[in-house]
Amino acid sequence: MSIPIPSNVTSGSIITSDINKRTLRQRIMDNRWIYVFMLPSLILTAMFTLYPIIASAYYSFFQWSGFTSAPYYIGIANYQEVIGDAQFWNAFKNSFVFMLTSVPIKLTLALIIAIVLNDRALRLAPIFRTMFFVPVVTTTAIVGIVMTFILSPFNGPINLALMDLGLVNRPIDFLGDPKVSLFAVVGVEIWKWLGNPMIYWLAALQTIPETLYEAAEVDGANWWRKFFFITLPLIRPFAVVILLITAVGTLNVFALVQTMTQGGPFFASEVMEVYIYRTAFGAANSMTLPRIGYASAAAVFFGLAVMVIAILQFVAARWANREKAGIAAAETTREDI
Amino acid sequence: MAALQSTAITPEEHTKRMALQAKRLREIVITLILTPIALIWIYPFLWMVSASFKTNNEIFRSGTSLIPDQFTFENFQRAWVEANISQYFLNTALIAIGSVMLVVMTTSMMGYALGRYSFPGKRIVIGIFIATVFLPKGYTIIPIFELISNLELDGSLLGVILAQSGGANVIFILLFMGYFSQLPKELEEAAIVDGAGFLRVFFQIMLPLSKPIIATVVIMQFIASWNDFLLPLVLTLARPELRTLSVGMYAFRGEYFTDWSGMAAAATIAIIPVILLFLVMQRYFIEGIAGAVKS
Repeated sequence: MSIPIPSNVTSGSIITSDINKRTLRQRIMDNRWIYVFMLPSLILTAMFTLYPIIASAYYSFFQWSGFTSAPYYIGIANYQEVIGDAQFWNAFKNSFVFMLTSVPIKLTLALIIAIVLNDRALRLAPIFRTMFFVPVVTTTAIVGIVMTFILSPFNGPINLALMDLGLVNRPIDFLGDPKVSLFAVVGVEIWKWLGNPMIYWLAALQTIPETLYEAAEVDGANWWRKFFFITLPLIRPFAVVILLITAVGTLNVFALVQTMTQGGPFFASEVMEVYIYRTAFGAANSMTLPRIGYASAAAVFFGLAVMVIAILQFVAARWANREKAGIAAAETTREDI
Repeated sequence: MAALQSTAITPEEHTKRMALQAKRLREIVITLILTPIALIWIYPFLWMVSASFKTNNEIFRSGTSLIPDQFTFENFQRAWVEANISQYFLNTALIAIGSVMLVVMTTSMMGYALGRYSFPGKRIVIGIFIATVFLPKGYTIIPIFELISNLELDGSLLGVILAQSGGANVIFILLFMGYFSQLPKELEEAAIVDGAGFLRVFFQIMLPLSKPIIATVVIMQFIASWNDFLLPLVLTLARPELRTLSVGMYAFRGEYFTDWSGMAAAATIAIIPVILLFLVMQRYFIEGIAGAVKS
C-alpha cells in the first residue's frame, strides 16, 4: 500500500545530499502539500496586509473622494499638500511626543514592577501580576469612554480625590485643556498597557539563572551591584525587542485618543492615526468630503517614517548584540590563552 | 550531647534563620506597599461596575465611593435594549469566534509548514511575515475599506472577520513554528508506516499535540478581536446594525452623553466577559505573550 506523500515528510532533517541532486522543479513538486498548507495564510496576508501597502501608495497619487467621483490622477500633489499642512505636522509631532513620553515611563515602571514581582519571597506575586495585567485585556475603546468619566472635571473620581488630598484647588479639565489633553491620554495609555512590558520583562528575568545571584551574594554583592552587573547585562538582548515592540505599538494608538478626546481640543491631542481617519472617513459626520487620496498620502508618509525608525532600531540592536558577542568571543579567547 | 544539640543553635543555623526572617520581613513590607498600588490600579474597573448600579444622580453625589446607596439594575436593562448592546454583543461574539477559528486554522498550517519542513522559498515567506510586523494599521485601513466594499462584503460581518484575520499574525505563526519544530520526527514516521498521508499526519497527530499553542492563540486572538476598534469602526460606518461593542459604545456616548450610568452599565456588560475569560485562561495568555518575546 503506497501513499503519495512527499519524500521528505519525515524530516526537519532531510538528507542533504539527496536534496542537492534534485532539481528545483522536483523539490517544489515534492513539497506541493506544504505550499497548499501555506496558501490560506498567504492569501489572507496578501489581501489585507500586502495589497493595502501597494494600494495606499497608488491611491496617494489621486484626488478621490472615495464614494462618488472617479479618481483623478494628480501626481505628487497630495504629498506636496501633506508636507505643507500644519495639521499634518501637528499630528505627526503628537504621535512622536506620545511615543517619546509614554514608552520610557511604561518600560521603566514595568521593569520595576517586574523585578519586585520576580522576588521568590513574594507569595502573592501571581495575584499582583494579574491585577497589573487586567487593563491590558480590556477593550481599549470602552476603557477610553470610561476614562472620560473618571477624568471628568464634573465630579469625576480623580479630580475629587486630588481635591480631597488638597493637591489642587480647582478640578483639572484633563481632556478639555489643550495643554493637558495629550498627556492625559498618555497617562491612560501607560495605565492600560503597562502589563504587556511587565510580562515581557518577567519572561526576560526568568531566563537569568538563580545561581548567578547566589554566587554574587557569596562574594558580598549588594542589591545594586547585582542589578547592574547581572540583571541589566543579561536582559539587554530582550530589552531591544521589548523597546521595539512597545514603541511601534504606541505609534499605532487610535482607540484611546479617538474615544477620549477625538484629537481635541483644537487638535491638541490629534495623533497620526486619528488624522488619517478624520481625513479619510471622518467626513461621515461632517459636511466636508472624504479625501481618500490625500489621507493615503499622509498614511504612506507616516508609515514610511515608522518603518525607517523600526529599521534603524533593528540595525542598532544587531550592532549592539554583535558588539556583545564580540566581547564574549574576546573573553573566551583570553581564557583559552 | 543529644540534649545539647536540640537547645543550642550552631552559627550556620543561626545565619539561616536570620536569612529566613529577613525574607519574611521583606515579603510583608513589599505586600504592604503593593496592595494599595494594585487596588488603585484596578480602581477604574471597580468604579465602572459600581457606577453601573447607581442612578445618574448618585454618580454625581457619591464622589469616589464605590458602594451604591441602593442597587438598581435598570441601567443594564436600558443599555441592553435601548442602546442596542444586545445586538452589538452578538456581533462582537460572532466576529471574535469567526476570526479565532480562521486564525487558528491558517496560522497552525503555516507554522507547521515553516517549522517542520525546509523547501524552496521558505526564507522569502518568513521575510514577508517579519516585514509586516512594523506596519502601522493606519497605513492599511483605507485600501481594506475599499477592498471590502468591492468584494461586497460590507453588508455582513464576514468582511470584519476576514480583515481581522488577515493581519499576518506573525506571533502566532512563530509560536506554532517553534512548537512543531521541537516535536520528535518518530511521530510522523510511525504514522506514515501505518499508512497516514500528509493531511492525516497534520490533523490527527500534529494538531492535537499542539493544544497548548492552540489555547494561547485562541485566547490572544479572541481578546484582540474583542478589543479591535479601527477596523469595525470603519467597516460599519454606514451599517449601524453591524456595529461591535466598541463601536456601539462610541456611538452611544455621542447620542446620550449625559447618561453616565447607562454607559457604565454598557461598559460593564462589554468588559466583564473578557476579563472573566482572561482570569480563567490567564496561564495560556501570559505564557503566550512571554513566549513571543523569548522567540
